[in-house]
Amino acid sequence: MNQGSRRWRGIAALAGAGLLAVVACTPAAETGGTEVSVIGTWGGSEQESFLAMVAPWEESTGNTVKYTGTRDINAVLTTGVASGILPDLAGLPGPGQMTAWAQAGALKPLDEVLDLETYRADTSPAFVDLGTVDGKVVGVFIKSALKGLIWYNPNVFSGSAPTTWEAVMGTDPGSADSLWCVGIESGAASGWAGTDWIEDFVLRQSGPDVYDAWVNGTHAWSSPEIKSAFEAFGEVLDASFGGADTVVSTNFGAAGNPLFTDPPGCLFHHQASFITDFFKEQGGAADGDFDFFPMPDINPSYAGAFTGAGDLFGMFNDTPAARDLLKYLVTAEAQQIWVSRGGALSGNTKVTEYPDEVSARSAAALGSAKIFRFDGGDLMPTALQSAFFKAMVDFTQDQSALDSILAELDAASESARGG
Amino acid sequence: MTAAVKPASAVASKSRGRIGTRWPLHLTIIVLMVIWLVPTVGLFVNSFRPASDVAGSGWWTAFVPPWEFTLSNYEHVLARQGLDQAFINSLFITIPATVMTVLVAAFAAYAFAWMNFPFKNVLFVIVVGLLVVPLQSTLIPVLRLFASTGIAGTFLAVWLAHTGYGLPFAIYLLRNYMGGLPREVFESAAIDGASPATAFFRLALPMSVPVLASLAIFQFLFIWNDLLVALIYIGAVNSENLPLTVVVANLVNSLGGETHFLTAAAFLTMALPLIVFLALQRYFVRGITGGAVKG
Amino acid sequence: MDQRLITAAIVVFGVPAVLVGYIWLTERILQVMPEQRQGRIRPWIWIAPALLFLVVFLVYPTINTLVLSFQDRAGSAFVGLANYEYFFTSSSTLISLRNSVLWVIFMTAGVVGLGLIIAILVDRVRYEPIAKSVIFVPLAISFVAASIIWTFMYQFRAPGTAQTGTLNAVLELVGVAPSAFIQTAPLNNFFLIIVGVWMWTGFAMVILSAGLKGISTELLEAARVDGANEWQVFRGIILPLLLPTIFVVGTTIVITALKSFDIVYTMTSGNFETDVIAHRMYQEMFINGHFGRASAVAIVLLVAIVPFMVLNIKRFREQEAIR
Repeated sequence: MNQGSRRWRGIAALAGAGLLAVVACTPAAETGGTEVSVIGTWGGSEQESFLAMVAPWEESTGNTVKYTGTRDINAVLTTGVASGILPDLAGLPGPGQMTAWAQAGALKPLDEVLDLETYRADTSPAFVDLGTVDGKVVGVFIKSALKGLIWYNPNVFSGSAPTTWEAVMGTDPGSADSLWCVGIESGAASGWAGTDWIEDFVLRQSGPDVYDAWVNGTHAWSSPEIKSAFEAFGEVLDASFGGADTVVSTNFGAAGNPLFTDPPGCLFHHQASFITDFFKEQGGAADGDFDFFPMPDINPSYAGAFTGAGDLFGMFNDTPAARDLLKYLVTAEAQQIWVSRGGALSGNTKVTEYPDEVSARSAAALGSAKIFRFDGGDLMPTALQSAFFKAMVDFTQDQSALDSILAELDAASESARGG
Repeated sequence: MTAAVKPASAVASKSRGRIGTRWPLHLTIIVLMVIWLVPTVGLFVNSFRPASDVAGSGWWTAFVPPWEFTLSNYEHVLARQGLDQAFINSLFITIPATVMTVLVAAFAAYAFAWMNFPFKNVLFVIVVGLLVVPLQSTLIPVLRLFASTGIAGTFLAVWLAHTGYGLPFAIYLLRNYMGGLPREVFESAAIDGASPATAFFRLALPMSVPVLASLAIFQFLFIWNDLLVALIYIGAVNSENLPLTVVVANLVNSLGGETHFLTAAAFLTMALPLIVFLALQRYFVRGITGGAVKG
Repeated sequence: MDQRLITAAIVVFGVPAVLVGYIWLTERILQVMPEQRQGRIRPWIWIAPALLFLVVFLVYPTINTLVLSFQDRAGSAFVGLANYEYFFTSSSTLISLRNSVLWVIFMTAGVVGLGLIIAILVDRVRYEPIAKSVIFVPLAISFVAASIIWTFMYQFRAPGTAQTGTLNAVLELVGVAPSAFIQTAPLNNFFLIIVGVWMWTGFAMVILSAGLKGISTELLEAARVDGANEWQVFRGIILPLLLPTIFVVGTTIVITALKSFDIVYTMTSGNFETDVIAHRMYQEMFINGHFGRASAVAIVLLVAIVPFMVLNIKRFREQEAIR
């Protein structure tokens, strides 16, 4: 007993000393510039590109960017907004949340931060509008992508690009197994690749007004216009490599691989401009093995229509360094860095140098679009977008259930918009 | 279990059993081992193959010519900026949080097992019932608390949180084991004049070594592999303190591409927990309890 | 040396020292009290640190959840039982409820059954450490990696093209048409549960094996000398003595299965009728931003385990009565 308590006394003394030391050791003051915390969804090579993009700013200001990349950004920002623990700057999951957070006062308005005149002059109007909530700019775009491109392997398909949708669907697959390659698997976001198809059909079949009303919840899913878009996608599915099981179980990134097999699995693949990285990484394709033509017009009154997407960015903590970084990120100088590294287009019209012909042509198509609409799913409330993803999986597995799928989407839309 | 096992003591049969009669036992174990290993082996083989090969053919095709193995996935992961820092962070997070959980739980478990107080059983069941609280539903209230105390983004925040989350299982496991220790041991210690504290440190803890080792390894693993807790309590404000899991998960780009790097990263991140498990294996053997009681 | 390394070292040694010092100090104070009061106060001193942690990190958030579950989307108005009504009437949550029941039954049976069998079998062979390590490996793998592993296992490619998934390649080898394991309801639930069993069996094995090592060799030896065969030894001695441990493992796995989220999240995201309630909660909270509904799910989870907890109380009373 005695021996024991002596030992304990020693341990207790040690504990006291330890505690003192812990208190004494609390973080030492940082030397030099300010830190700006940034959260985004960019990982892998995207993260490297973003860090390359901010490197010149860090060098010239002496500040540092502390970047966290995560695909669970919804969880981080939802808990952050509720508790007040937020990064200085953040990539935003989509325009839907941006609006909610701006109205809640979590996202800081950028009207004072940016040189608005230059920003408006340099940036595509569609992107400026998307970042505006209640008349104030709260979100800016770091990079963008053009959707609705139809990819092919020039070694297999050597004809001239079809100019009508009928001509595309009427193309003879030749040596290829099927006309289309489709893959909509994407982990937690499975189905999104299908939503891109629907959006492209709605815009080209029924025009921007129906598209906007549909996205805003004033045009029903069960309307003939939206139904006809699903049916058009159904025809594509019917002509797709491997059939429904393959479509739902193939990752969107690997979906285009059969373009490059021998014999080829398919002739065409519909995907946004970023897919070229996947062709090279997974499909074993080299530059020159792939090319694209824009998805043709369907209704001639809406000629030259395109959909696209972009990465929104906003400010949660209004600090001088955060302001300075944000101001830098929208400049052509900064955005050119990512564009030159590949895999991105810019919403800034002053960015002109593209690393290869395919991306230069995508950028030109984006610049010359007569009608441009942002990815509809991204604009919908997140709950509805998630239901839209699921609906694409369900529809692919069972096209005959279309009516009930659309009815469910109408209900989801109502409930997501606060019904 | 296996009818072919001859009546002989388990320990003795380990050394004396004849292959002739024990083959069903060996066969069963080996089949189970193979079933358990195949999925991991598939990943292991694929981690040495180029991404385009992985997309185009199954992992078993790698064993026939042409052999196209590459270290590039590993090289890419190891060259990733901040990986070494993240590894150290993971250790900083995991070790103290494991130690805290095991000790705090051991005190409580001992009290639940060998002391009497009102509402003991009800209180204990509430503690165990807290196992079912989904972590996700605690994030916002706890983060608010961290925000008001100013420790969000620090290691301290995750140590405390992991200890809180780990306690229900830890107390449950330890109380069950300690409750099964022989009463006579504690009674004779009390007669010799030992206080409950002495009995705890000199008897209960040494006799519980196998279960303490199991608990330590599980707690180590859960924290080592945790992504959400670290991401929420640290991620938003202090990327310098992020653990390996968050950095590794972000080898994948926002579109879900570049997953082939994860195959290599998976083996790099699981190496340490496996070493810990192997190191702790020596505490999982028969007889350690008896030895401790005598000593 | 890295400043934080010093801090960490101090914490690793300081934390145990503080905790041990706490017990030592309070024990000194207790000793000057009358014996009866000592016995009343001491237990509370020993469980106080644990209770403090539990109240802050689990009880307080749960009370918060309970309140939220009666409120609307953003927690601004009370809506009575509407969130619970939604949970028990919406077709999508009912499917997730059905699947969670499947998870609880089959994952628990699989994990506890296989864990017990493996623990007992490997106890008899010399390569026990290797065998146990092999079964343990999946536990050391993160969920993200596990989902990649099982994607390689279940992968489906169009019939006629080279199958890249292990299981479909095996099917092809024996001349059966490939199957889209993960996409075909309702069997896909079982293929996901297999992933759970594969990951958690090592957990059950380690704990059950530790319990097995606690059974006195003399006791087993004596039974065998008396002529009991291995089955009788198992039924008569091992099983009864191991029952408390089996109970602990079973309860833990039931709760793990109820809370299972990661496998579904990473592999199907709830598509193909594989949704489970914990994943619904995540969806409602972080995707739909509906805190009321998410909280109601959490409370349903809490209520669902009450029967298991009652069983636990009963069992602990028995244990105290016999020892």
